[in-house]
Amino acid sequence: MSAQEYAFVVLAVVGSVSAISVVLARNVVHAALYLVITLLSVGGVYLLLGAEFVAWVQILIYVGAIVILFLFGLMLTKAPIGRDMLDNQNRWIGGIVGFGVFLGLVFLIQDAFRVQDSVAASTFRTTTADVGVSLFRDYVLPFEAVSFLLLAALIGAVVLARKDAEAK
Amino acid sequence: MVAEAATAASGIITSSWIVVLLPVISALLTLFFGKRTPGKGAVYGIVALGAAFVMSLLILWHFVQGGGTYTSGVDWFTIGPFRVEVGQYIDGLAAVMLVVVTTVSLCVHVYSLGYMDGDVRFTWFYVVLSLFTAAMLNVVIAPNLIQLLIGWEVMGVCSYLLIGHWYEEKQNSDAAIKAFITTRIGDVPFMFGIFALIFATGFTTSNISAIGELVKSHELSSALVAGAAILLFGGTIGKSAQFPLHVWLPDAMAGPTPVSALIHAATMVAAGVYLVGRMYEVFINAEPWVLQVLGIIGAITMLGSAFMALIQDDIKRVLAYSTLSQLAYMVASMSLGPAGRNAAFFHLFTHAFFKALLFLGAGSVIHAVHSNNMSDMGGLRKPMPVTFWTFLVGSAALAGIAPLAGFWSKDEMLVSASEGHELLFAIMLFTAVLTAFYTTRMVVQTFFGTYEGHGHPHESPPSMAGPLVVLAIGTVIVGFLGAPQLHAPFFKWVFFDEPEALHFEAWIALVGTAAALLGIITAWKLYSPKRETDPLRRFGGAWNLLEHRYYIDAFYMKGIVYPVRDRASAAVYWFNQHVLDGIVNGAGAAARGLAQVVNLFDRGVIDRAVNGVAGTAGATGGLLKYIQSGNVQRYMAFLFVGVLVLAIVFAKLV
Amino acid sequence: MIRLPFVLFFAALLFSAGVYGVLARRNAVMVLMAIELMLNAVNVNLVAFGSQLQDVTGQIFALFVIAVAAAEVGIGLAIVILLYRNRESINVDEVNLLKW
Repeated sequence: MSAQEYAFVVLAVVGSVSAISVVLARNVVHAALYLVITLLSVGGVYLLLGAEFVAWVQILIYVGAIVILFLFGLMLTKAPIGRDMLDNQNRWIGGIVGFGVFLGLVFLIQDAFRVQDSVAASTFRTTTADVGVSLFRDYVLPFEAVSFLLLAALIGAVVLARKDAEAK
Repeated sequence: MVAEAATAASGIITSSWIVVLLPVISALLTLFFGKRTPGKGAVYGIVALGAAFVMSLLILWHFVQGGGTYTSGVDWFTIGPFRVEVGQYIDGLAAVMLVVVTTVSLCVHVYSLGYMDGDVRFTWFYVVLSLFTAAMLNVVIAPNLIQLLIGWEVMGVCSYLLIGHWYEEKQNSDAAIKAFITTRIGDVPFMFGIFALIFATGFTTSNISAIGELVKSHELSSALVAGAAILLFGGTIGKSAQFPLHVWLPDAMAGPTPVSALIHAATMVAAGVYLVGRMYEVFINAEPWVLQVLGIIGAITMLGSAFMALIQDDIKRVLAYSTLSQLAYMVASMSLGPAGRNAAFFHLFTHAFFKALLFLGAGSVIHAVHSNNMSDMGGLRKPMPVTFWTFLVGSAALAGIAPLAGFWSKDEMLVSASEGHELLFAIMLFTAVLTAFYTTRMVVQTFFGTYEGHGHPHESPPSMAGPLVVLAIGTVIVGFLGAPQLHAPFFKWVFFDEPEALHFEAWIALVGTAAALLGIITAWKLYSPKRETDPLRRFGGAWNLLEHRYYIDAFYMKGIVYPVRDRASAAVYWFNQHVLDGIVNGAGAAARGLAQVVNLFDRGVIDRAVNGVAGTAGATGGLLKYIQSGNVQRYMAFLFVGVLVLAIVFAKLV
Repeated sequence: MIRLPFVLFFAALLFSAGVYGVLARRNAVMVLMAIELMLNAVNVNLVAFGSQLQDVTGQIFALFVIAVAAAEVGIGLAIVILLYRNRESINVDEVNLLKW
């Protein structure tokens, strides 16, 4: 266990706990805040894995924009204030399935990668320059496609959400 | 001219079948066009029969010149070895019969113009009259028994139609049925006789000449020949109204008088006698008792019907019983061997003429006074001279007064009987007395005395009087054809095996004439002075017996007809309704019951199975529908489970 | 020297939590949040493997996923707002017109 690994374990535990809290919280706003913690811990994991650009993008976009979106959404839809039973009757099936998924994944991981054998080469550090080079050289086409996608999503969201007063 | 006619005649004989065809054509023409033709279609029949009459004279001329028999035929159909042909067999006898039939038929056709004038079914009358003539001519020229049978049966039908011509009266249609059924009863043994003869030839042919040859060769068992002969005679008993099937002829007088003249005097009833004569080979070569039976039946009928004629008031009935008696003469004469056969045919020949004449004359009288009964007549000789004189000629012929036809033929029969058959001879002689008696009675009651009726009797129109004169002339002339003194040309045409030599016995002629005179004088004495009641009523018991026709008719009705009609047919009807229909209905009910069972099975088992399958599918669907909860998250849960499973499977397998 | 399986376990846990949230939460926005959790788990996996295989492609892919996630959240919230406008509630249990 190296120092990085310890750091990782801490971050992982925090992230896991807060992730579980997201889905179990009684208060919707609390859930959103727990989500922030989770996202931050995930960003930290990225840093530990040597992906600094992705880490910052994660924090910027996810924590900065998406969570804000969520909060706006909650506000606009008059989310119930205070404690509430936020789970429906599918809880049990959801629990079983979720737990089953977890078990399945664990089984797969354990079957595919023996703990002692595979080691993450955290010596692999990439810089933003590396990411940029790869992005604009090898993956420029998906890049453009994603920009189209964002454009479409932007327009679509606007169209969907506007009040159609000029209908008729 | 004569020579040309002669050569034409020898050619004519090959086309003798046209004589049969002509009335057929006229019947069809009258049927289809009669009503539209002026004169209501009588013209076709008269023209056709006129032509047939001329043709038959020419055919007879062929034999007068000494020509021989001619026969020809075409194949009609074949069943296995049995061949049936249609053709003609013309010998002297056939030629003579052709002349008789066409002459009498032509006279009747002309006579009916006047007698049936204004009748409601005038055209139809002529149709059936022509058809009947065609059938009789067919019987005359038939070379085989099947063709003869066809003509025989058609004659029976036409007789039925004509007797019942005025079928609006029930007694007329009853008489027609009685005639038809009684002759039918005789036809059954007749047909069996035909079958027996066909069987004797090994089922190859029904040709009369061939059968004759076969019988003559004495190869057949005598029982078979005797049986066939007796069975054939059954047909004669029916058709020629011999005892015991004589009962239809008196009642057949319900038909129009021309019909009585043609069918029941001259032709159809003669067909039975003609049959015996044609098949004489069979009768001669059968055991002797066959001919004795013929003689006995002839004798019984002869006497019985002569007695019946004595007491009749209806003029046509007198003539009917007279016909019975004369036919019996012919049958009895047939039983006397070949000479008797020839004599019988000669009598048939002459009898046709004078009996037809008498019937037509009676019709003339009936037409004038509108009644059949002699008690309504009297003193008609002044207003109806033609009828009177022709009737007188016919009556004299019937009584057997020389030199008229009846004398010669009766004399021939007496001659044949005198050689060895003394009893028959005596019976014939006694019947001759009776014949003369009732004939005179009839003439006196009709034409002498005073007319006490209410009508105005007048002579008949020429269409009726003409044939009377023609037939009277014939009666006078034809007798001489059989006179031995004139070498009897008739017997050169009509013979059996070979022409025979006739001999004339003067004493028989004297005895015959004496018998006739006895009858005439007795009757004249009894009936000339007009009396209130018939003098014969003095014989009260005998009169009763005769009036009830010896109770034979009553016996037939009560003993046979009523039990069959009322009991037997009722029993058969009951059987049909209850047993047969019961079986059928029972089968139907059983089928219905079975159908019910099947229905139950079908509905209960099969339909349940089908419905059950459908119901199960529906129930399953009903259970499965809950999966569609509308809850997307539920769907996703299932989806994740599936993905997980697949992932694990692929991971382990691949 | 972080051992790969640990990272994968972490990702697995995030993912499972997300699965539970998607299936069991009543509020539509909560469901979207759970989806974000799942996407993050996927990203962690990608980056981990990229790091292990010494390939930058993992990170590139993760960037793309983040971009798409952002777009998806935008659209998703637009739909939720529409849903709220029509029904006055964003309880996913009540969106069941396709029920039997």
